[in-house]
Amino acid sequence: MGALVKGTQSAALNEQEGEEHNQYLTFSLGGEMFAIGILVIKEIIEYGGLTEVPMMPEFIRGVINLRGAVVPVVDLSARFGRKRTEVTRRTCIVIIEVESDDGKHDVGVVVDSVSEVLEIAAGEIEPSPSFGTRIRADFIQGMGKVNGKFVIILSVNNVLSLDDLAMLEHAAGTERQPLPHAGD
Amino acid sequence: MNMEQALQTYIEESRGLLEEMEGILLRIENEARHDADDINAMFRSAHTIKGSAGLFGLDAIVSFTHVVENALDKVRDGALEISGGLVELLLKCCDHIGLLIAAVPNGNGELDAAQAADGDALLAMLRRMLGAEPAEAAVPAMHEAGVACSGGGPLDGDCWHISLAFGRDVLKNGMDPISFIRYLSTIGDIVSVVTDDSALPELGAMDPESCYLAFSIEFKSEADKKTIEDAFEFVRDDCKLRILPPPSHLSAFVERLEHASGNTDMLGQLLIEAGILTDHELEEALAAQARAVAADCSSRPSIGEMLVKEGVVQKEVVDVALEKQRQIREHKAQEAKFIRVNAEKLDELINLVGELVIAGASASLRARRSGDVALLESTSAVSSLVEEIRDGALKLRMVEIGETFSRFQRVVRDVSKELGKDIGLEISGAETELDKTVVEKIGDPLMHLVRNAMDHGIEPAGARAASGKPARGTLRLNAYHDSGSIVIEVADDGGGLNKEKILHKAIEHGVVAPGQALTDQEIYNLIFEAGFSTADKVTNLSGRGVGMDVVKRNIQALRGTVDIDSEPGRGATVRIRLPLTLAIIDGFLVGVGESAFVVPLDMVLECVELPEADRRLAETRNYINLRGEVLPFVRLRDEFEIKAPPGKRENIVVVQYGGQKAGFVVDELLGEFQTVIKPLGSVFRHLKSISGSTILGTGEVALILDVPALLQLGVARDGQMLAHERDRAGFGAYEVSADLTGE
Repeated sequence: MGALVKGTQSAALNEQEGEEHNQYLTFSLGGEMFAIGILVIKEIIEYGGLTEVPMMPEFIRGVINLRGAVVPVVDLSARFGRKRTEVTRRTCIVIIEVESDDGKHDVGVVVDSVSEVLEIAAGEIEPSPSFGTRIRADFIQGMGKVNGKFVIILSVNNVLSLDDLAMLEHAAGTERQPLPHAGD
Repeated sequence: MNMEQALQTYIEESRGLLEEMEGILLRIENEARHDADDINAMFRSAHTIKGSAGLFGLDAIVSFTHVVENALDKVRDGALEISGGLVELLLKCCDHIGLLIAAVPNGNGELDAAQAADGDALLAMLRRMLGAEPAEAAVPAMHEAGVACSGGGPLDGDCWHISLAFGRDVLKNGMDPISFIRYLSTIGDIVSVVTDDSALPELGAMDPESCYLAFSIEFKSEADKKTIEDAFEFVRDDCKLRILPPPSHLSAFVERLEHASGNTDMLGQLLIEAGILTDHELEEALAAQARAVAADCSSRPSIGEMLVKEGVVQKEVVDVALEKQRQIREHKAQEAKFIRVNAEKLDELINLVGELVIAGASASLRARRSGDVALLESTSAVSSLVEEIRDGALKLRMVEIGETFSRFQRVVRDVSKELGKDIGLEISGAETELDKTVVEKIGDPLMHLVRNAMDHGIEPAGARAASGKPARGTLRLNAYHDSGSIVIEVADDGGGLNKEKILHKAIEHGVVAPGQALTDQEIYNLIFEAGFSTADKVTNLSGRGVGMDVVKRNIQALRGTVDIDSEPGRGATVRIRLPLTLAIIDGFLVGVGESAFVVPLDMVLECVELPEADRRLAETRNYINLRGEVLPFVRLRDEFEIKAPPGKRENIVVVQYGGQKAGFVVDELLGEFQTVIKPLGSVFRHLKSISGSTILGTGEVALILDVPALLQLGVARDGQMLAHERDRAGFGAYEVSADLTGE
């Protein structure tokens, strides 16, 4: 794991010199391959030390202590409307920096296992199909071709949009909102 | 310090000075009297603002403040009466100076045309009050009176008094005494010369080459003391020279002394700076002092005494100088008491202390596990020190609320004028301390509440008289500490809230269903709902229905609550309850299943075991008999849908909040614990019942319970269940919305 993290860091350095967004971290989730642009990835840690937060939607696994900062952890699989990720020895939390209106925030995502850092040239990326992926279209940035197979490149700011996450949770919260506001 | 920083300091200082001036003006207006200290303080403020503005080349501020300063100068001299009109005008001038200062960072203190025109209008009004005569001509009358009884030497008219006793050898040294006196006439008019020949010996004993004469000269001149002394430069070592300033100069000296820069607290230096003493005279006096000490070690005459004894300076001047010296020393002592610190540095320190608290908790946990007694002892010593450091660090951020309160003096005054009501402001609990970040954010909500109370709360004088109340309405701002929170009250003695009107409006707006049973408290609190205003006419101040809901939102953002109490005909009181600090709390750790939660310790009253009998009954009722009291409780396991089965025993943590007592049912009690509040982040911003998070010694995250929200939820759930019942029974006069039936 350590070597991998080092690898992503040096790759990130190369990235700054080279062209835009052509390096991706690939990982598997429910047997499928996904990729995220490497620039937004801060680190990868082992799964553990998670505190559940009550009354949150399924896809918010909870929070972890990341060197003194409390970081929310999202279950990607649940976010896509599938079943929750099962924790195994290879389960990881990828810490991603998400931009929102009020600055940058760290969010962790649970993945089955991280694979490698790949270079995917812009020409090797197909636009996402209008259906068939069983994932919301705006979550997908494109489909990268790697060794004749497709990897789904995620649009991080949409998948982990803080406003979106908070809103969904709010919706979940209102279910329990018991005040009888008659007439609305 | 570079210019940018210096300018920033100037802006801050000037704001402080303006606030001070405003405070004094308002007090003068309220109490309709003033003393010399007030006027002096205002003058000094204006003077400092002007002077420092000059340093930065802020000409607009200099020229405006100059006129204000002149006006204050006149008031100080008694030439101008400080009346209501002048106070009003001066307040406006303060505002204008504030505007000018606010404009400093962008541009050079230049205002837009409209503001500049306002400033000119103010100046014109001030000038009219000042009258046509230039301010410089005003010579303080009281100073002249003081000088008439001067003990330093004979004074006559408006002349310098020079006494000149030549040394014996002056002629032998080739100096002609007469030539010096003649030279004097080139820098002024010699009014009279009296020759003192008392030193002249018998004719036989007289040495024709020695000089025995002394002269006493009345001399009229505009020159300063230094210039006059310089006239005698060549014989300075050979004669005894005393130059006493004329009375009018004396008052000028006193003035100059009072405005001395304060760079030195040495009496001699002060006098030299004011042009009263020359370097040479000081040297002489110091030498004389040294001689006196050498002659008699037991007594050390002060330099002031020496100067008066030698007849160099009048006693009055020395007294003023001594007073000034005392002031400067005091000022220096005060300066040492306060240090300006960048708020960021302070925040950084407090963050670090927060980390220290967490690390300390982790260390003591390890120590406890190891069972090493010596280690335990040292970690507990460290913990108590850390606790003290934490308290100290937090205290650094604590400020008194009084400053925020006193800002409202002005608001109340202006708004009551605008409304044509006579309203006084009473402030109590100004010394109550709370976190600076909270203070900064409470200003706006308070402003809304104060304005609202004045506009809607307090009735016009006619209505007040009709209901037998004093014509002058009273608004009260009060603050006090209560179980780990600060409570701020905004109270008025107006008509109180109209229950029927509120209810009617609420039904009209669909906020409340007709026939819904509400307590008085609930009805009153409806005014914090959005878009709710019962004022029949919309005024400039309030009545648009924004405001109260904004107040509520702002206060909730600070983890606070707001509610309102009202007594018909007697007035209303808005009570804001805020946490003392946003950074660290003492917590009580409880466990439910696998999860750990923190209850703020200052709300915890006690812990009791949930009796087996009540546990079995918990399906149907959620209250126990606590020593004869009914104690409702919330089961955290159900509330948070924690799936792990309950243990053999369950406990109740009894909490108190805002006069309400309730219990939380938990599995385990894990003890007290210091916690640094970590915000949960925007993802969880809609999550009620959890107010934040903290990191345990083990490195795990624990969630902090939002006690008020949980209690409210409990109350609301019962209401929901009852609504269900009613609905099922077919009594519901309204449709139950989908979110209720959706479960």
